[in-house]
Amino acid sequence: MSVISYQEAALQAVAEEMRRDHRVWALGEDLGRGGVFGQYRGLREEFGPERIADTPISEATIMGASVGAALVGTRPVVEMRFADFALCAVDEMVNQAAKARFMFGGQARVPMVIRQPSGMWRSSAAQHSQSLEAWYAHIPGLVVVAPYTPADNKGLLKAAIRCDDPVIYIEHKDNWALEGEVPDDIDYLVPLGPARLARAGGDLTLVTWSKMVGVAERAAALAAAQGMEIEVIDLRTLWPWDQEMVFASVAKTKRLMVVHEAVQVGGFGAEIAATVAEHMADVLTAPICRMGAPRAPISYAKPLEDELRITPELIMANASRQIGG
Amino acid sequence: MPNNDAHPNHNIDRDRLVELYRTMRRIRAFEEAAEKASLSGQVGGAVHLSIGQEAVAAGVCANLRQSDQITTTHRGHGHCIAKGTDPGAMMLELFGKEGGTCGGKGGSMHIADFKVGMLGANGVVAAGIPIAVGAAHGAKLLGEDRVVVCFFGDGAINRGPFMEGLNWASVFKLPVLFVCELNGFASTTHSDAVTAGPGANARAESLGLEAFEVDGNDVAAVDALVGDLIPRIRGGSGPSFLSARTYRLKGHTSVDPAHYRDQEFAAAQWDNDPLARAAGELRRLGLPGEQLASIDSDAAAEMTLVSDAAEAAGHPAPEQAFTDIQDIGAPVWREQA
Ligand SMILES: Cc1ncc(C[n+]2csc(CCOP(=O)(O)OP(=O)(O)O)c2C)c(N)n1
Ligand SMILES: [Mg+2]
Repeated sequence: MSVISYQEAALQAVAEEMRRDHRVWALGEDLGRGGVFGQYRGLREEFGPERIADTPISEATIMGASVGAALVGTRPVVEMRFADFALCAVDEMVNQAAKARFMFGGQARVPMVIRQPSGMWRSSAAQHSQSLEAWYAHIPGLVVVAPYTPADNKGLLKAAIRCDDPVIYIEHKDNWALEGEVPDDIDYLVPLGPARLARAGGDLTLVTWSKMVGVAERAAALAAAQGMEIEVIDLRTLWPWDQEMVFASVAKTKRLMVVHEAVQVGGFGAEIAATVAEHMADVLTAPICRMGAPRAPISYAKPLEDELRITPELIMANASRQIGG
Repeated sequence: MPNNDAHPNHNIDRDRLVELYRTMRRIRAFEEAAEKASLSGQVGGAVHLSIGQEAVAAGVCANLRQSDQITTTHRGHGHCIAKGTDPGAMMLELFGKEGGTCGGKGGSMHIADFKVGMLGANGVVAAGIPIAVGAAHGAKLLGEDRVVVCFFGDGAINRGPFMEGLNWASVFKLPVLFVCELNGFASTTHSDAVTAGPGANARAESLGLEAFEVDGNDVAAVDALVGDLIPRIRGGSGPSFLSARTYRLKGHTSVDPAHYRDQEFAAAQWDNDPLARAAGELRRLGLPGEQLASIDSDAAAEMTLVSDAAEAAGHPAPEQAFTDIQDIGAPVWREQA
């Protein structure tokens, strides 16, 4: 174990997988100098410009060429720089990467990891702050991963690189500096699919992912001070999501809250809420609570941006209403 | 307008031209059978025929190895057959039957046959361009000696991935031959009416590619030019661009009567049919008429068999709708859910 940051964890994951498998390579804009968040720092020196490739600002072709390169046997790690820019490559993700294996009757796989740094981060405004994970969870063929802890960012990224499916890999931009204990074992993998129990509690199940896990943990600490025990589930993988852990938890707590930074309307929280309602309505003792952002573009000015943030206090207020009522 | 006995100024070996003609005739016969099955309702979805454009497919692919790769478009039957895909499996795919190239999951617009280097047709205009470029990038990374040919239409040159993909291939010096089929149309719109500037080759040249033009209805000319280009690309020259001027003799799809075009002009284009031109050349080279006739009848018989077999074949098992989607998080077939 070492204490390292979320960013260093990702760096280790890519480096280890590139050492292990010569077919793995990374491509995107400005990777040679380490990537815009330093998450590729030093890799050009070790692996050279062919395997850490600086590309033109051509998102559609970064993505489409990766599909082609994956179809012929390489394993690209695709850097989108900001999740918002992946929208320039939606055809290549949704119509090509996600569909090729199926449309071609299983003749080929598309093993690629599509890294999309997401979320609100220091006044980045409407085109550099979005959380669009629900879009991808909607698309058959894609796996969607959104790690919160540094350990998960290493283990899940390594698992994503070894996975034969196209994986949308969502790292939160506000998490790069977050530190935590990370195993050193080069075969440390976190399987795609199972959630992580971030905090145990008997009064309310709170399902969340990415940076909101930390916010939920702070809310749970506030709640504990008032005698309410919130169980926090870090989903980690959105597709497939860990129904088993969520159902078992709700069976125990009889209450569900789903929290995400993304816009609440059509957010992935709705899917979890609906699934639990379909299967466990008789168990629930309070209406399910969903918390997401208002359906508003993200502002630049801090007080405006803050209007869209979910805080521990907001979660706490909803939780005490749910548990109290 | 060249007539059937035009005397082109290239010399082609008669046996080679016979083979090119056979490929074109098999493509034509396949598509005539597909057209029939589409009009009768046995083949669903949109069927885009390349009738009139066969010389491009045949002339280009005759110069490729099996390990070389191609991507194609919605109008790709000819490229598939020329690259070596079994027309039987293709017809099963069009009929949506078991044993189709893609198990009935793709249909006409998604035929792929990886074992012969056919990396897939595409339902999205220009989407094959970045994929072809990436396949070549992959070959370079893996140190594999492959050339990738990317076929697309004159409509595709107005989409962004065209510019991005050509720039990329040029920057990374990838072994790609881009083949633009100038067939006059993008769906029901005249390509020229919506394309600014001096055209595809000028765009390619502006991105550092060497660009060539060929009479895309002259199979020997296509063969000769591509025969020069492929070894250069294989030798590391970087990408090249080829515009092949041809004509879509049929409508955009099998059910499109193409009333939007000048009927007299369209009818006159049959005089420039690449098959008739190659047949004329073969007669000039002394090929006995009965040999030509037997190529024609063999192709027709092959494709009749292929259609009959597709008609008789079984449908894919229903659970196939749920297979080959993904390893992690795949859906479960209803009966098992
Ligand atoms: C991105 C996209 N836009 C529109 C279409 C609908 N469409 C299918 S084929 C076609 C015309 C394409 O023209 P061209 O590229 O010249 O190919 P051709 O049909 O002439 O072979 C159009 C507009 C599509 N498939 N994909
Ligand atoms: Mg066209």
